[in-house]
Amino acid sequence: MSRFLRLVARDLRLALRQGSDATIAVMFFVLCVVLFPFGVGPEPNILARIAAGVIWVAALLASLLSLERLFQTDYEDGSLELLSLSSLPLEAAVLAKTLAHWLVTGVPLIVAAPLLAVLLNMDAEGFGVLVLTLTLGTPILSLIGAIGAALTLGARRGGVLLSLLILPLYIPVLIFGAGAIDAAINGLTPRPHLLLLAGILAAALPLAPWAGAAALRQAVE
Amino acid sequence: MPVFAGSELTCLRGDRLVFTGLEFRIGPGGALVLLGPNGSGKSSLLRVMAGLLKPLRGTLGWDGVAVAEDPDLHRSRVQYVGHLDAVKPVLTAVENLAFWAALAGAADPAANARAALDRLGVPHIAGVPGRYLSAGQKRRLNLARLLAAPAALWLLDEPTVALDRAAIALFEGLIAEHRAQGGMVVLSTHTDIATPGGEELHLDDFTPYADDEEAGSEDYEEEGAVP
Repeated sequence: MSRFLRLVARDLRLALRQGSDATIAVMFFVLCVVLFPFGVGPEPNILARIAAGVIWVAALLASLLSLERLFQTDYEDGSLELLSLSSLPLEAAVLAKTLAHWLVTGVPLIVAAPLLAVLLNMDAEGFGVLVLTLTLGTPILSLIGAIGAALTLGARRGGVLLSLLILPLYIPVLIFGAGAIDAAINGLTPRPHLLLLAGILAAALPLAPWAGAAALRQAVE
Repeated sequence: MPVFAGSELTCLRGDRLVFTGLEFRIGPGGALVLLGPNGSGKSSLLRVMAGLLKPLRGTLGWDGVAVAEDPDLHRSRVQYVGHLDAVKPVLTAVENLAFWAALAGAADPAANARAALDRLGVPHIAGVPGRYLSAGQKRRLNLARLLAAPAALWLLDEPTVALDRAAIALFEGLIAEHRAQGGMVVLSTHTDIATPGGEELHLDDFTPYADDEEAGSEDYEEEGAVP
């Protein structure tokens, strides 16, 4: 097994044994969406109209929840120093940890989303696109979040700082994610939105580990 | 045979000059003991040697080749034991250790990890989760990393903290064995660790305060002499 997969496996094992991160993110996601019918009233047309946006905003917030912990525990117990001294390049280590984070927190969101779409009376035309946009979008959220998590490492109130730093960067993902679903529901093609999302993912995949590793080197020093 | 040496090393932490003009040289089988009061830069020097910290000035060389030319290669030669034990509370001792062994490229990390725990005299903690380990056991687990993932150069930052007397004696034996095989050891310590034939490096010799104060007082006198 390669070093990269070893690190992914170790992070997954840590997450499964601790158990909290994955369930908290998806529980928060569900609760956040369920609050909307109480707030805006149970009118089916209104809920159907806002469903795509609500699910996407809730997904953004849910993925933020556990990001602070991405490097925090490794930083505090000295593992990060050893990781940066290992023969696995730090960029690969950042990518591995981000991948593990996405598997633990992003994938459950994708699974839960169609259920919430039914709850919000979303048009059935949008279901497939919803899952597709989340599949393309949640890895971007984890990747951009990894940069923020690395930058705010060691800062006091790092979690709040992280949200302020990262949420504005999530806006393009939100626009194209919700836009694709709206387009599909209104009978237009979601293709341009999906292509743009895929483009952002393709850019974030090499850039985020690179930027995150640079920030981690500063933190370890 | 490899030689690890540093010349003209200067280290800056924040805006404080920790040491300047530091020189050292370790040959195969050599040991270097870093001595000095708190804050004299023992940990900083070890971090510089590991490549975690960039020196402000000066170079590190391995066999005359600058370490900075190939940091990846240098990392594969180094095992660093710092103040923190890097033990995950939810993983068992073997899982903790096997991960680091695997990351260093061991063929059978779990077997390496068990053998290393045996050597450190704690085979019984193999299946115990990190959160139930005592401070001394965590330290032994951290030191077992040196055996589970072998490297030519050991950088040890106060390795005997929390260890009992028997463990210190055991650890001295491991250091002697590593050196007999041509390995190098750099360690900082406040307790006595026997390193026969090892050199000592007094870091307070390289702290810039003394010079600064002298220079400062001279300036002051000159200024005072003008009126």
